[in-house]
Amino acid sequence: MDARGRKGAPELIVNMIAWLADPAHWRGPEGVPAQMLLHLYYCVLSVGVAVVIAVPLGLYIGHTGRGGVFVVGVSNAMRALPTLGLVTALVMFLGLGVVPALAGLVILAVPAVLSGTHAGVRSVPTEAVDAARGMGMTPWQRLWQVELPNALPLLIGGVRSAMLQVVATAAVAAYVGLGGLGRILLGGLAVGEYDQMAVAALLIALLAVFLDGVLAALSRWVVPRGLVLANTATHDGS
Amino acid sequence: MIEFQSVHKQYGNGTVAVQDLSLTVEAGTITVLVGPSGCGKTTLMRMVNRMIDPSSGSVLLDGTDIRERDPARLRRGIGYVIQQAGLFPHRTVLDNVATVPRLFGNSRRDARRRAAELLERVGLPNDLGKRYPVQLSGGQQQRVGVARALAADPPVLLMDEPFSAVDPVVRADLQDELLRLQDELGKTVLFVTHDIDEAIKLGDRVAVLRQGGYLAQYAAPDDLLAEPADDFVTSFVGRDRGYRRLSFLDSQGVCPEQADTIRIGDTSADVPSRAGWVLALDHERRPRGWLLPDATVDGQLTENQLLAGGSLYTEGTSLRGALDAALSAPSGLGVVVDADGAYVGVVTARHVLDLIESRRRSVTTEGAVP
Repeated sequence: MDARGRKGAPELIVNMIAWLADPAHWRGPEGVPAQMLLHLYYCVLSVGVAVVIAVPLGLYIGHTGRGGVFVVGVSNAMRALPTLGLVTALVMFLGLGVVPALAGLVILAVPAVLSGTHAGVRSVPTEAVDAARGMGMTPWQRLWQVELPNALPLLIGGVRSAMLQVVATAAVAAYVGLGGLGRILLGGLAVGEYDQMAVAALLIALLAVFLDGVLAALSRWVVPRGLVLANTATHDGS
Repeated sequence: MIEFQSVHKQYGNGTVAVQDLSLTVEAGTITVLVGPSGCGKTTLMRMVNRMIDPSSGSVLLDGTDIRERDPARLRRGIGYVIQQAGLFPHRTVLDNVATVPRLFGNSRRDARRRAAELLERVGLPNDLGKRYPVQLSGGQQQRVGVARALAADPPVLLMDEPFSAVDPVVRADLQDELLRLQDELGKTVLFVTHDIDEAIKLGDRVAVLRQGGYLAQYAAPDDLLAEPADDFVTSFVGRDRGYRRLSFLDSQGVCPEQADTIRIGDTSADVPSRAGWVLALDHERRPRGWLLPDATVDGQLTENQLLAGGSLYTEGTSLRGALDAALSAPSGLGVVVDADGAYVGVVTARHVLDLIESRRRSVTTEGAVP
């Protein structure tokens, strides 16, 4: 695609627009809207499952202070896993299908959410935690009323980076049979339709930006104002 | 009343933090634990609310062994103030103060009403309640910390170096504020500090601890300065103890004399003819500075023509201030003011020293004729 791509950049854009303008590409289960929704669904689902697994675990480890080494070790080990290799391996062991591919995405999302949550709890000022204990909060009250709210900025940061990773990897997972925008991408590759591949890549990027924006808005909504102020105060001028 | 009964604390690594220590903290008084770092003062304090349990011995709160109490419930009944205030960054000032009443199950509205009262009590403006801790100065945060500890009206207050992270001027304010609050509330306060001056200023009783968790001396501050138990206490209370002890001598017998005075805005015609130091006052009779002997005034007297004065001695306070006023004034005349800061008279260092000498003589004579 190199020679052609470089020579015909404007031509590529014209062709992409033409591809997008073709109503056939917007219809049916293989069309852009359906694949996009599917892609969105898989991403939200796998990050959601990762949150359900990793947030309680990260809170527990952060709260008790036990197992911090485990978090760091596991996160680093899992980040080092080759994305496509992991998904392929899962499919080879569990057979082709949606569940093994999604399991792969969940496994990819867990480390970011886990380390974000853990770092969030550890970032709560030790004096505030000491004061919470000293004024008579039970461990649960301390967790819900002090540690979790203060951990939110880093926790959501972890979810955001997990989401970006999953959006990208879900496209590659089309290779092992997962639906979504990756289908359009690989479909283009199979028949040498570079316009189609470029459109798919662009749509994946847009989806990633959109999801990140949604999470950023969520963050603004749930992160307590006192923490936002504290962060702007410390990061000013840096 | 808090009783430590031969409490001992040894950590897992073998370090002994507190060594078979017994101490009674009387109800309604401020007791200060003071000592260098590693003397176990914080460990001892944290035993009272079970943040640390002793390895052996027991702590009694109003006669009951605290080990029989559930830690969380016990702590809600004990105010807790720590060095960096430890405010919750995600909660407003008002909700920070309302925390313990909420833990006691009060409604949000009642808890906030109580919190607003407390903010006023510690001298913070009401609209500060809506702000967040990061928007406050260190001194304000510490006041909020005190308000939060007092919110559920606990009979006992634990304070762990609460004022050591603020600048000296603010620290003095906070100390005065604590003494004023204590006059109103009469709590049983256990206060930890490494600063002997703070201990002497605040404590009704002061416990000096030595490295390794030994109690070196437990006495009223005046006695601590007058009769340190051993070399360690002597060196810890410092070289100026004779001077600092003047803080405990009242002003009885101080007779201020009149100095020559002049008003800001007066002309040279108003300078008293006698060739001595002249004290300049403003229109509310507050001292502004000194005019050198034989000085002339060009036109109207302004503040730039004056030599800065020394410290001011407020009538009725301890002799330490009187002596300091005399020693710090360029004229050697310590300026005495009333509670509003208006000029009353002057004292010399000689006058104050004579007073101290005569007091000492009368104490010795009285002591000799029982």
